[in-house]
Amino acid sequence: MKKVVIEPVSRVEGHGKVTLHVDDDGQVQEARLHIVEFRGFERFIEGRPYWELPLVVQRLCGICPVSHHLAAGKAIDQIAGVSQLSAPAEKLRRLMHWGQTLQSHALHFFHLASPDLLFGMQSEVEKRNVVAVIEAYPDIALKGVKLRKYGQDIIKAISGKKVHGIAAIPGGMNRALKPEEIRTLKEPLNDIIAWSKDAVDIARSLYEQNQPFNANFASLSTPYLSLVSSNGDWEIYDGNMRIKEPNGDIFKDQYPCSEYFNLINEQVKNWSYMKFPFLVEKGTEQGWYRVGPLARVNNCDRFSTPLAEAARQQFMAQSSYGLPHATLAYHWARMIEVLHCAEAIQDILNDNDLTSEDLKRDGQRQATGIGVIEAPRGTLFHHYEVNEDDQVTMANLIVSTTSNNRAMNESIRKVANDHLSGQTLTPELLNLVEVAIRAYDPCLSCATHAMGKMPLQVELLNQQGQQLDKITRSHTGEIA
Amino acid sequence: MSDQTIPCIELNGKPIPFQAGESIMQAATQAGVYIPHLCHHPDVSPHGSCRVCIVKVNGRVKASCITPAEEGAVVESECDEIRQLRKRLIQMLFVEGNHFCPSCEMSGQCQLQALAYDLNMLDTHFDHFYPNRAIDCTHPDIILDRDRCINCDLCVRASAQIDNKQALSLGGRGQQTHLQANCESGLLKDSGIESQDKAMHICPVGALLPKNNHYPQITGERIYDKAPISEVGNVRPENHQGDQTKGPIS
Ligand code: SF4
Ligand code: FES
Repeated sequence: MKKVVIEPVSRVEGHGKVTLHVDDDGQVQEARLHIVEFRGFERFIEGRPYWELPLVVQRLCGICPVSHHLAAGKAIDQIAGVSQLSAPAEKLRRLMHWGQTLQSHALHFFHLASPDLLFGMQSEVEKRNVVAVIEAYPDIALKGVKLRKYGQDIIKAISGKKVHGIAAIPGGMNRALKPEEIRTLKEPLNDIIAWSKDAVDIARSLYEQNQPFNANFASLSTPYLSLVSSNGDWEIYDGNMRIKEPNGDIFKDQYPCSEYFNLINEQVKNWSYMKFPFLVEKGTEQGWYRVGPLARVNNCDRFSTPLAEAARQQFMAQSSYGLPHATLAYHWARMIEVLHCAEAIQDILNDNDLTSEDLKRDGQRQATGIGVIEAPRGTLFHHYEVNEDDQVTMANLIVSTTSNNRAMNESIRKVANDHLSGQTLTPELLNLVEVAIRAYDPCLSCATHAMGKMPLQVELLNQQGQQLDKITRSHTGEIA
Repeated sequence: MSDQTIPCIELNGKPIPFQAGESIMQAATQAGVYIPHLCHHPDVSPHGSCRVCIVKVNGRVKASCITPAEEGAVVESECDEIRQLRKRLIQMLFVEGNHFCPSCEMSGQCQLQALAYDLNMLDTHFDHFYPNRAIDCTHPDIILDRDRCINCDLCVRASAQIDNKQALSLGGRGQQTHLQANCESGLLKDSGIESQDKAMHICPVGALLPKNNHYPQITGERIYDKAPISEVGNVRPENHQGDQTKGPIS
């Protein structure tokens, strides 16, 4: 078997390396996205007082820290013995999470993915960054920047900072919003909703204009896992788990998050620091699934807001049988979620609870806290055990990107099988592999720096590990 | 007594009156002039250990909290040389412990951090020690995070001199110096310390903390988010509400 090595993956948040394992007939038997980052946060947390968790773990990620903050916040509520927050505290958390999802999705779509989508996957490297998008499509780019900023403004109003603020405390929130802050946040709302609608239209037309290529590209028929609310609505802050089969049948519904460890297990592979979660009942080979925008939109019965619900129905209509499985449809689903967040933000900003000082509940101390939330990239699990002295003794985190680990590998494999010709490694293939990975918006830490200018290296190795071919893309885009 | 007979030092070019027996720090505090300090607090006896309060007295570097004010002494507390030395001292305090400001409850209210900002400290200059220090969470209401302790001895003196308990002491030597509970088990829960003790309300950093007071302010609304320590002095959160500092500034 020959091995093709692509390293590192550009415009993904972190270092990645891809190896393609090719048999003698040129078929890609296996694709491996090697995750080389290892942060060891679980060990770092041990011994710390539990109320520090939301602040410690939000440092896991600079792109969706609010998700980690709130997942840990939900876990420490349980440790503090609080099963139901006050209405104002819960509304503040939801608002913060909608703001976070809006800004994270806008960042990904407009800054990271749009160069490929707007200019095409084989555009020259100089174009594959947001600056080129701003030059060629100033209107679209500006909307993206403003949408992102609006999400950040919400986070800042609630937590004091755009990134890594302070909000969730055991059993509640540490501060209400002030009336003048709400007034300021309301001002641009009509524009925000309009731009979000435009974003859905852009994502949809970009997806539809290149068919059937886009529907087939890196596409996988998989189960989907996400939270849904008790009545089946799209839900990112609370609720229970739902899993759908690829044909749309429900495999599990209203599965309690507190028992996630009976549902999901994680497989370790010696070539990656990132584990491979799978559904216990289905086993390692059949039990992998996808999470994130595509999973949430596929899984929910409806959005609770009218514009997003109309967009969802249009989205679901693309597939006459089963669920939409196109990996590139992630982008479209992502923008529908942006629209829903904008609508939900508009509704909640009229709620007087946001200024209420009824922010904290108390309860009987518990030893376990399991906080599950839908981060922008998918379901996020935080599980902690605490001793009598309030110190964390065990932490288990399954981050969203981990759940998509196997799916990313399979998408790469599909792309490589569809587009690798012979034993020649081409820059075009590299681009396609990157596009496939990027659709999942994986949270590997350096994508924001990269902007299509990270150097790539490809190696072709035979079964004996000898190098047959090698191709390198420098940070200036030169191929050597 | 006429004005001429009140003894004065000259602090940063201005005359500052003092009473016999007062330290330069005391004279400055009474005159409303802030000299940075960490191991000094007006309610307990001076210790002279952190050296952050250094000033130039007639050209010589001295710790102002333990140097008596003397008639006519020319004192400089903010010249470049002193600020540079002070910055090095703060940097040493940072590398000696394990200070993870991002998740610390006292971030924004910590006097060590505030001084680092005020001195424009952009790095730690020295290599980190990464010491292995135990956290003590055994007390139902109080936590002692030795990672953040700067061994300033303030809580030790407050416990002995104000709370009349001697619940705490500094043990070990040199790099091994550490705050310990003064009891056979060595655990905070057996030390006799209680939440309302002065010892619990004097720590300049986030080492001795109540267990039930989690991140009361958002970023931007904490003491030193609003004003630098050179303006508001060493303020504890319990003496600060809104924009107001209650009680005497120290
Ligand atoms: S716990 Fe605080 S007050 Fe006590 S010695 Fe350590 S730093 Fe000083
Ligand atoms: S304050 Fe004077 S030596 Fe510490």
